[in-house]
Amino acid sequence: MSAVSSGQQTRPMYYLLLLMILQLGLHTAEGVWPLPQTLISSTERFPLSPQAFYFGYGRQSAAQQGCSVLDEAFKRYFSLIFPDYTSAYGILRFSTDKPFTVEVSVDRADCDGYPDENSSERYNMSVFAGRASLKAETVWGALRGLETLSQLVYQDDFGSYFVNKTDIEDFPRFQFRGILLDTSRHYLPVQAILKTLDAMAYSKFNVFHWHIVDDPSFPYQSRTFPMLSSKGAFHPMTHIYTQSDVRRVISYARMRGIRVLPEFDSPGHTKSWGQGQPDLLTPCYKGGIPSGTFGPVNPALPSTYQFMAALFKEVSSVFPDSYIHLGGDEVDFSCWKSNPYVRAFMQKMGFGSDFTKLEAFYMEKIVNITSALNKTSIVWQDVFDYHERRSSLSVVEVWREGCYLCEVRRVVKAGLRVILASPWYLDQPGPTHNWARYYTVWPLAFKGTEEQKKLVIGGEVCMWGEYVDATNLTPRLWPRASAAAERLWSDEKQTSNVDKAFPRLQDFRCKLVRRGIQAEPLYVGHCKQEYQGV
Amino acid sequence: MLVLLKFVVLLLALGSGQARQPHVVVEDAEPVFEPSKFGSLWPLPQKLKSTQDAFKLTSFRIVDAKDSSAGPSCNILQNAYRRYYEYMFGAGQKQGVFKLRRSGPSDLTGLQVWITSADSECDGYPSVKSDESYELSVIQPFAVLKAPKVWGALHGLETFSQLVYEDEYGAKSVNATIITDFPRFKHRGILLDTSRHFLPIKVILANLETMAMNKFNVFHWHIVDDQSFPYLSRTFPQLSQQGSYHPYTHVYTPADVKMVIEFARLRGIRVVPEFDTPGHTQSWGKGQPDLLTPCYSGPKPSGAFGPVNPILNTTYDFMTQFFKEISTVFPDGYVHLGGDEVDFTCWKSNPDIQRFMDAQGFGQDYSKLESFYIQKLLDIVTTTKKGYMIWQEVFDNGVKLKPDTIIHVWKGNQQQYQSEMANVTSSGYQTLLSTPWYLNRISYGQDWNVFYKADPQDFKGTEKQKALVIGGEACLWGEYVDATNLTPRLWPRASAVGERLWSSKDVTDINDAFNRLSAHRCRMVERGIPAEPLFSSYCQREYKGI
Repeated sequence: MSAVSSGQQTRPMYYLLLLMILQLGLHTAEGVWPLPQTLISSTERFPLSPQAFYFGYGRQSAAQQGCSVLDEAFKRYFSLIFPDYTSAYGILRFSTDKPFTVEVSVDRADCDGYPDENSSERYNMSVFAGRASLKAETVWGALRGLETLSQLVYQDDFGSYFVNKTDIEDFPRFQFRGILLDTSRHYLPVQAILKTLDAMAYSKFNVFHWHIVDDPSFPYQSRTFPMLSSKGAFHPMTHIYTQSDVRRVISYARMRGIRVLPEFDSPGHTKSWGQGQPDLLTPCYKGGIPSGTFGPVNPALPSTYQFMAALFKEVSSVFPDSYIHLGGDEVDFSCWKSNPYVRAFMQKMGFGSDFTKLEAFYMEKIVNITSALNKTSIVWQDVFDYHERRSSLSVVEVWREGCYLCEVRRVVKAGLRVILASPWYLDQPGPTHNWARYYTVWPLAFKGTEEQKKLVIGGEVCMWGEYVDATNLTPRLWPRASAAAERLWSDEKQTSNVDKAFPRLQDFRCKLVRRGIQAEPLYVGHCKQEYQGV
Repeated sequence: MLVLLKFVVLLLALGSGQARQPHVVVEDAEPVFEPSKFGSLWPLPQKLKSTQDAFKLTSFRIVDAKDSSAGPSCNILQNAYRRYYEYMFGAGQKQGVFKLRRSGPSDLTGLQVWITSADSECDGYPSVKSDESYELSVIQPFAVLKAPKVWGALHGLETFSQLVYEDEYGAKSVNATIITDFPRFKHRGILLDTSRHFLPIKVILANLETMAMNKFNVFHWHIVDDQSFPYLSRTFPQLSQQGSYHPYTHVYTPADVKMVIEFARLRGIRVVPEFDTPGHTQSWGKGQPDLLTPCYSGPKPSGAFGPVNPILNTTYDFMTQFFKEISTVFPDGYVHLGGDEVDFTCWKSNPDIQRFMDAQGFGQDYSKLESFYIQKLLDIVTTTKKGYMIWQEVFDNGVKLKPDTIIHVWKGNQQQYQSEMANVTSSGYQTLLSTPWYLNRISYGQDWNVFYKADPQDFKGTEKQKALVIGGEACLWGEYVDATNLTPRLWPRASAVGERLWSSKDVTDINDAFNRLSAHRCRMVERGIPAEPLFSSYCQREYKGI
């Protein structure tokens, strides 16, 4: 995958170098994960010194110093490029090292904005003597390039830093590359979310799908309806996300070119909502009287839609992303069926006894509420499956097992966009060598036109929380999610071989460990620096 | 163990690929947490009486009882007092806020620890014969913990710390309780594998600490294997110099080993090292030429090596010196000699071995050659005055064993391991069970209950046979495990094994166990151990060590 050019060297020298590289087991440019679209690297290498290493803005760049996203990224990537650098490092050394400058140029100075569904992440990078030139349309593309650069730099056995002469043209295969975290089944401390965002940036993920509430708990502290979390969270003080927590997550993600996509799943998966919002859920009946238990959101009451309109108005102002996830999966009809008022409503609406029509009615109303707020809504595939008027839908997330590509095909045939999650349910633990299962996924291997395939906007790794909390989240997620990341970013033809990918991924996982991410091992072996936590 | 293991892992992989609804769990299978009447006690003590009378811990201290045979010079106890004080009240927190106030009728001012036998064993090492029993009475004005030896006192301190709870105002309280406790089995072990992946010392220590919270008492250190030889031998430094992943960063120095042994001793835990031969020894060959059998491809050596070469005198000279060192480095009375999964193909290929087989009259029966090797090895180890444990194959192959040998059962399905236990014990040997407790095998959903239900004495046999079962071990093999995922993979799943091995046989209420274990796992989390969750729920204080 890397074309080796020996232009600058004499032949014998070149072989000698190659031999040395093989012997020392040095990283070649193939060490970049996910693999860039085009990468040409040579064995010619340049020494780097932390004392003489600079980031700067190109003269033509639309963004200049003061660009928050890039200024912050320079700071971050300096430490990632020189992991054992401490300021004491060079005091006694004469700074005779040749300077090396990374010159970043972007076409648009979208420094204070948020990444969105149309953001270009394309970048070009050339590394030559004393200089690397990184060009991108947007700051988000520049971030991806900086990540690549940080992975190109390596240390020899004596600790000196090097980078090889390299040319890269890179862009993502899919626009939407997400990770879902579930903060309802277990509360994840903000720190655990931030750490995941760090690791996501290392694998070039760009969407954090925040499945923030569900049946077991409602940790989102709403300004409009504070009772939702004070009654519905595991603990009203310690197990909630305050508005400032949410802002912190969004801004941390923005700095890494990651969108935050909130999911407020309804009408099912809402048990915890009912505790703080009376009359929201459907009372279930048993033998003609209310049984005391509650089912999905009550679709028969106007107050439900007033509540939802107010909640989503808040949510759409708190979360800047233009997408919002509305859930809509796994609605259990038995409670609706038991409730005489719901049945009467069905009669009135002419739904007969087809409860999927009731659900479709409900979802349509919710979709309309969010469309009015200028949000594009995503729904789980269930909604697509029973919806008759599919034109009101926009993006469908496919999650069921079995022939998921059949479902993808049905959705794109209906002209809707698709996000694929089925093959990437990583909450199933599984021996790590199963990573190949997440790698050998071919999202476009279905019969369809070019136009239809373009409707597959990406994929998502799901980490449901039944058995996952801060104690085991990170090793369960990484490096298996990285396998999905390469599928979603890189060219499929260049990355279809598991055996070729294995040593690269092993290398990358050690890089993650070095960066303090508790990524579990793929198989027997070791990292130069093992994880030092517990 | 590897071959079988891979197979099972494969099966699991296939199995877990099947349908799972994402966030759907069958309603009636959903465990619902309710407080147990036994609080958060884990493993459950043998005898326990308690009332709802709550005492506040006021100006609380843990002190030696007046008549205790252990005093201030007893390191084990003094360290334990501090450890448990910090677990109960937090490090550095002043506990004397109410000092000016006289202790009231509902206050408990201290725990007195009374070692009752003349020899407290303070400066000794725990052994398979150690008395681990204790009695705890929590009544006013102070609680008393009585134990014949320090080992029981350590367990009693853990139990006491589990009785303490926080009332709604954050004050520490404890209910009036009387406990008489002792382990059902003498040998309650955890196996960690430091060869497939190197485990930093810090990880080993953290898990010893967690073992103490679960009343485990044996750390089975599977220290070397095919993949690497991290044990730095004073006699044969080349073994780790050549055979470890890295000769400086991925080795256990004599000081490291000492530290592990002492850390374990302070927690009443034995360290039993395993030096597995003649198979599982690829890494040994790198630093010890001629130790392994050269494999042949046709008439010529292929360059590959097989198990330890059993036909050379140099092999036994080496083993003699090596195990002499091991017997001085590791104070425990037992050493684990492995002996599992010997692959005969390399021996078969080697013409010298064939000649030796003929000369010995072994014919084509390579298990006889294996037995020949093991027999000589056992004789060597016997001269170091150590007892030994071996994996079940050695017994299966009919090697002559000393009567005090411990046979470690790890193979087969339930029916097979139960009949193996019956065979081993009917031959009069002591045995240890691990088969149902291979915690490196993982699957979706809860599996602690499966570990919990396995009982080492469930097999057809006489009372006398059952008495030969000295316990069991939870094994965490290292193919897919290193410092990044070891602790959450081990805990609280190993805790299920811990209770099975400590508590009375009739402690089998799975719902009560779920409730206590949920609380116990939150306590481990609070103490800084990333023990993973059992199911959707929360801990008052979530894991912060991210």
